[in-house]
Amino acid sequence: MIRALGSEFQKVFTTRTWWLLTLLLVVYVAFLAGGLGAFFGWALDNPDAAADSSSATGLPTEGLAPLVYSFASSVGYVFPVLLGALAVTTEFRHKTLTPTFLAEPHRTTVLSAKFLSQLLLGAGLGVAAFATSVGAGAGALAGFGIDTALDSSDTWAMIGRGVLAMALWGTIGVGLGSLVPNQVAAIVIVIAFTQFVEPILRLAASFNDVTAKIGQFLPGAASDALVGASFYSVASAGGSATMLEWWQGGLVLLGIGVVTTLIGGATTWRRDVS
Amino acid sequence: MNSGIPIEITGLSKHFGSVTAVEDLSFTVQPGRVTGFLGPNGAGKTTTLRVLLGLVKASSGTATFGGTPYHALKRPLETVGAALDASFHPGRTARNHLRVTATAAGIAASRVPVVLEQVGLTEFADRRVGGYSLGMRQRLALAFTLLGDPSVFVLDEPINGLDPEGIKWIRLFLQRLAQDGRTVLVSSHLLSEVQQSVDDVVIISRGRLAKTGTLSSLELESAPRTIADSPDRPRLAAALAQAGLEYTEGRNGFIVAEPDPGLVGHAAFVGGVELKSLHRLKSGLEESFLALVNGEVDHVEIAEPGPPEASGAPEASAAPDEAADAAAPTDAAAPTDAAEPAPPDDRESPPADGAKE
Repeated sequence: MIRALGSEFQKVFTTRTWWLLTLLLVVYVAFLAGGLGAFFGWALDNPDAAADSSSATGLPTEGLAPLVYSFASSVGYVFPVLLGALAVTTEFRHKTLTPTFLAEPHRTTVLSAKFLSQLLLGAGLGVAAFATSVGAGAGALAGFGIDTALDSSDTWAMIGRGVLAMALWGTIGVGLGSLVPNQVAAIVIVIAFTQFVEPILRLAASFNDVTAKIGQFLPGAASDALVGASFYSVASAGGSATMLEWWQGGLVLLGIGVVTTLIGGATTWRRDVS
Repeated sequence: MNSGIPIEITGLSKHFGSVTAVEDLSFTVQPGRVTGFLGPNGAGKTTTLRVLLGLVKASSGTATFGGTPYHALKRPLETVGAALDASFHPGRTARNHLRVTATAAGIAASRVPVVLEQVGLTEFADRRVGGYSLGMRQRLALAFTLLGDPSVFVLDEPINGLDPEGIKWIRLFLQRLAQDGRTVLVSSHLLSEVQQSVDDVVIISRGRLAKTGTLSSLELESAPRTIADSPDRPRLAAALAQAGLEYTEGRNGFIVAEPDPGLVGHAAFVGGVELKSLHRLKSGLEESFLALVNGEVDHVEIAEPGPPEASGAPEASAAPDEAADAAAPTDAAAPTDAAEPAPPDDRESPPADGAKE
């Protein structure tokens, strides 16, 4: 298992995908956290002008910093999913399952190693993302004299939960990749689901109490519950959205990752490699 | 350390849905020899090898290394070195490919430069495999097999894509492995590609075993014949008939069912006929190989070796009793109905016969 794990890390770090994704993640998060931090700062400084642009009205300055920092996971979670999915689908696409299974004929060991390595790599991406969001966000907020909340243990707890969320998203990527071995299809599903389908579902679900209860189990909602601060939870229906407890959210994410990986491991992963 | 592990295939069958890829295949590959695993494309070679390596599940039967299936080997890469389709991640360098594998198999990373050197890739080791030629990929695939210094080698079409220098190199490479007492199984769809390297052959056709034995036993299966031609063919024909020799007329003379050209020359001498050519028909291996793998088809037309002296239907009418029987044990009757009833017509059109195939 240790060998398989080592090999999985080597696989990731010997191609360019990982740093391309990391780079994109950092740039994306820096842009949003820094940009939004600056926008809020400007809006608070200029309440009249901001009132016209409607979205930032009535935002309290307290709680603003965690919200800005949480962009790392609330928009960045797609990156560990992609990295995890690619770790699996690449093997199918480039037919490297043959050498992989020749070196380690026990397929469960290989998939478990992928699951664990992506959990750790997801955490790594989480650290990079939160370092970026805190760096850019705190910089922007401090520039407008807003409390950066970096002296608060709550903030750091939130960041820790955010890193955990990113790690769990990595395992969901592994599960997705093993369910959908076609690389293009997997990427399309990741992008479409995280960027369009789920936000729409969450919004639609929030209009009704029954659907809202179901909607809280959507992975993105669970992730936000785990992190505890999110742009969506604030933006949707004035923060009244039904949310799970943070640990429930974590369990939902873990459950999705484990179940999809198990199903994938019992189906496509078992198939003949030719 | 190479204790000599045989490969044992027993009653192996593999069905993909309704398609039968391999049917009740049994053979053994001995250590210390290079065994050619031969058959046309689609005969089931790759499927058999993938089952052997635990990548494809058998529908029934077993494929083991001295009784142990691949997945149950304690140190798989240190027991078996396998090169299948030479597929690698294009964005990874050769060195890193081998490192990833060495880590997964628990092989010391220090083996990586050693095997790169062995296959002559050291110079290109840090280049991404995406830029490799097919020949370089084949070499990398061989480096992969060497990582664990195993005692069994399973190579699927390793010669495919190699340049003449590479082919020469791999021949020596294979022979050296066998000399060390290792088991070497090499698949190919072309006998000519491996006939200089292999000691034994296992020939399959349409998923079934067609023949297994030494390479020379394959040679014996095609009865040798003699080509004789004369400016005066009718008189030569008479002289051959006089000597009691069976023959058929080809484009470049008579194909006589007699392995010794001396006897044919003697018959001509006795009959007082001038000869303008007299030699053994070059055929042998490839011919009997094709006869074996095409047993169901009209193999008479296929069995046309390159040289022009071999006409369209050499063995059929000449010696239905021995040549056809020996060359096509599965279907001795097929050639005769094509050629025997009308040999004069048949001999006029060997190119057409060849082209038809």
